[in-house]
This record gives sequence, structure tokens and C-alpha cells, in this order.
Amino acid sequence: MERKIPESAIREAIFKRLKKIAPEANPAEVAPDENLREALDIDSFDFLNLLIGLHDALGVEIPEADYGKLTTLNSLMSYLSQRVG
Amino acid sequence: MPSLGADMEEGTVIEWTIKPGDHVHRGDIIGCVRTEKADIDIEAWEDAIVDQILAKPGDTLPVGAVLAMFQGEGAPAPVAAPPAGEKITEATRAPAPVPPSPPPPMPPEGERVHASPLARRIAKELGVDLSKVHGTGPQGAITQEDVQHAAAAPEKPPEKPTAPAVVPERTPADVQAGMRRAIAAAMARSNREIPHYYLETRINMDRALRFLESENQKRSIRDRVLVAALLIKAVAITLTEVPELNGYWIDDRLQPKESIHIGLAIALRQGGLVVPAIHDADAKSLDELMQAMSDLITRARSGHLRGSELTDGTITITHLGDLGVETVYGVIYPPQVAIIGFGRIVETPWAEGGMLGIRPVLTATIAGDHRATDGRRGAQFLTVLNRLLQEPEKL
Repeated sequence: MERKIPESAIREAIFKRLKKIAPEANPAEVAPDENLREALDIDSFDFLNLLIGLHDALGVEIPEADYGKLTTLNSLMSYLSQRVG
Repeated sequence: MPSLGADMEEGTVIEWTIKPGDHVHRGDIIGCVRTEKADIDIEAWEDAIVDQILAKPGDTLPVGAVLAMFQGEGAPAPVAAPPAGEKITEATRAPAPVPPSPPPPMPPEGERVHASPLARRIAKELGVDLSKVHGTGPQGAITQEDVQHAAAAPEKPPEKPTAPAVVPERTPADVQAGMRRAIAAAMARSNREIPHYYLETRINMDRALRFLESENQKRSIRDRVLVAALLIKAVAITLTEVPELNGYWIDDRLQPKESIHIGLAIALRQGGLVVPAIHDADAKSLDELMQAMSDLITRARSGHLRGSELTDGTITITHLGDLGVETVYGVIYPPQVAIIGFGRIVETPWAEGGMLGIRPVLTATIAGDHRATDGRRGAQFLTVLNRLLQEPEKL
């Protein structure tokens, strides 16, 4: 039976990569509905790197057309949860 | 002492990786210099043999001071030359040698380890823990030799915590203050000496974005191209048609440059910015530009830039679209004669051919040095740039 990756692991993968991009910040302090890029001062280069890191870690394909949907921690969690495992 | 940008007045030699008699090739890293902004690897500017090293690690010398001599094909020349066209102000000899002092104690556990980029690289390669290495460089900095000695030395039993370093390291606040001083010096000089003119135009990015979308659909996420790479390419090609904006104002005259090295204003997370250049941007494909940009941003933010990347820019691009800014009016980075600004791409009502629609629109600006060119040349630049972005598949 295929095991689904738990949400906690997805959150950990997101936080790990955000911490790498913004080492001075604590991603856990960002409100779930806050704009991630604004809250952590993430430019388009860092955002692409975040998505590359999540792709590598979770194996999720993220088409460019979906970038606009991934603005908050909640939306990122929801998007990845539906596609992993 | 090479000038690693208009914002640098002096530098401190951190370490040498060469010694008299060594053969060096153009582009080889020969040492490391600390500027107000960062520790920068310096390179040989030509193939040669090292003759004499005049400046010791720890020496702080003004830009233009001779650090070392080497013998090339002709007469001996300074190892570290200033950027193209700039004069060596004075061949200052390094101060007399001082007796060697005992190495400073190691920094306390948890403190930031102070090491040159080269030393960090070698430590990584050799698997040396920098926090356990005694630094013998200036202000206790860990040098390449320290790392090599540590790698060769047998493992010692754990020592008791040592006393704090006698010579204080550069704290983040010191680094930040240095960064602001360096930017202040360059920008004050620019506004004092350069009569800027400003022009702006709005560019319909519909075709450019569709092109990128279509290209990126074919690529894995790792190979996708950002709009910034397309803009760099468009600016580089535009400069082949309007070459007067690509070059320096030196000795009271415009000196256009044949090579197009695009300086990118890169913001650092801890504050401040650096402007390393992508060399020969006009000859690079979009993929190569994306790779070069990615490499530069990564190294700029981790403090691993090379001297030539900071000195060779022939024009600068500043792109603040990520922060929501629509229009950017840049300050020229001397001795360059123009800076191009890009803001955010905004969906905007757009009338064309009698029809009104919504288009993604980018505001592009140019700040030009009025001593070097007139507004007409700047307007030509923006017109060509706009035209090229309407045919992105040709870039």
C-alpha cells in the first residue's frame, strides 16, 4: 500500500527550505495566510529555488502556471498535500 | 590594491595564495582582499611569474597601491591592476615587515568563524572544521595555510574553551556599517559628479511573457528561465545597437567598451547590495544567462565573488519588480555611464490599434550620464529595448 507523506513532513520540508533562503527569519512565525514572499522578503530567484527544493524533496511537479497559487503557507501546504504520496 | 568598485577606497590583504617564482595565469585566484563590503578573491590579470610580494596579510592599503610585482612578457607589472581605464594613483610600497606575533586565540564556541572565501572552500574540500582552526590572518582571520596546517595536523583531544579573541572580529554591525559607507561613497560621488538624465517607457510584455511561459512549459523546474534573464539579454542586445551607453566616463571623455558586461544590482539579505557583472552577456543564450545570474546571486549572497566580477561591469541593471515597485530611477555606478531600471510587471489598460485591452506592462527606465550621452541616445536605447521585447523568440 502506498504511504502518503504526512502534513508534518511537508511542513518541515517547506520550513527547511525557507530557513535556507531566509536564515535570519523564523518561518514558523509567519501566519498561515500571510503572503510568504512579502513576509520573508523572498524574490523571484529565491522563490524559484524554494520550489526547486520542494520538487526535489517531495517529487511534486509544480508548473509555472501554478506559481500564483502558492502565495501563503496554507496554499503551499494544501497544493503539495494534494500532490504528494 | 585593485579597485573592486567605485565604492572602494582601500582594502586589507587577507592572504596570498602565491609566492615568488610561482607561475600564474590570467584569472587565477592569487589572494583575498577585504573591502568595506566583503572579502573578495583577487585574480591575476595576465599570465606571469610572481616576482615580489610587497604587501603582507594585514596591510591596509589605498586603491592603486602595488601589492606585488610579477614578470610577464614585458616589464614587471602590478599584480592587481585597477579596472580598465583607471589610473594607478600611487605605487605605495607596503610598510616594513613586523615581527611575527603569536596566533590569536580561537573564537569562542558559537561565534561566527572569520575566514576568507578561499579558506572556507579549502576547508570544505579537506573536511576541516573551521571553528577548531587558529587564524593567523588579520584580526584572527583563518587563511588558506591555517586550513592546510589544520588538515595535516593530528587530531588533538578536546580543549577547554579558550579566552575570547584579543582582536575583535568584524561583527555583523561592523560589516553593515562598512557596507553603508561603501555605498555612500559611490553614490555620493555619482550624484556629485554625474549629471543624470532620466527617461522611462512602458513596455507591453504580453509577447515576452507568453514566450517564456511556452519555453518554461517544455522545461523541468530546474531549467526554467526567469523574466530577469530575458531582460538582461534584451539590454545586452540593445547595447550592440546603442553602444554609446556601454562603457565608462574616464579622463573627461566617453570610452565605449566593446565587451558587454552587465552589472546586476543584487540586494543582500543582511542589507546593502553588490553589483557583480555577467561577462559578455550579449553572446550568452537565455539558458546561459539564467545559469550565470543564478551563480552570481548565490555567490554574492554567500560572499564568494571574484574581483573581476566587481570591476568589469560596463552598465548596470537594477530590478526591483519583486518588491512591487513600478518605476525605478537608478543612480549610475561610476565610471559607468548608464543604469537601467525595471519595475514590476503590472496588468494595465492598454490601447492599441483602436482597441482597449489589459496587458502586462513593464516600466523601463534609463538614467544616463549627460556628459557622455544626450537624452536622444537614451530614448533610442529604450525604443530598441521595447522593439526587441516584442520579438522575444529572436533574443
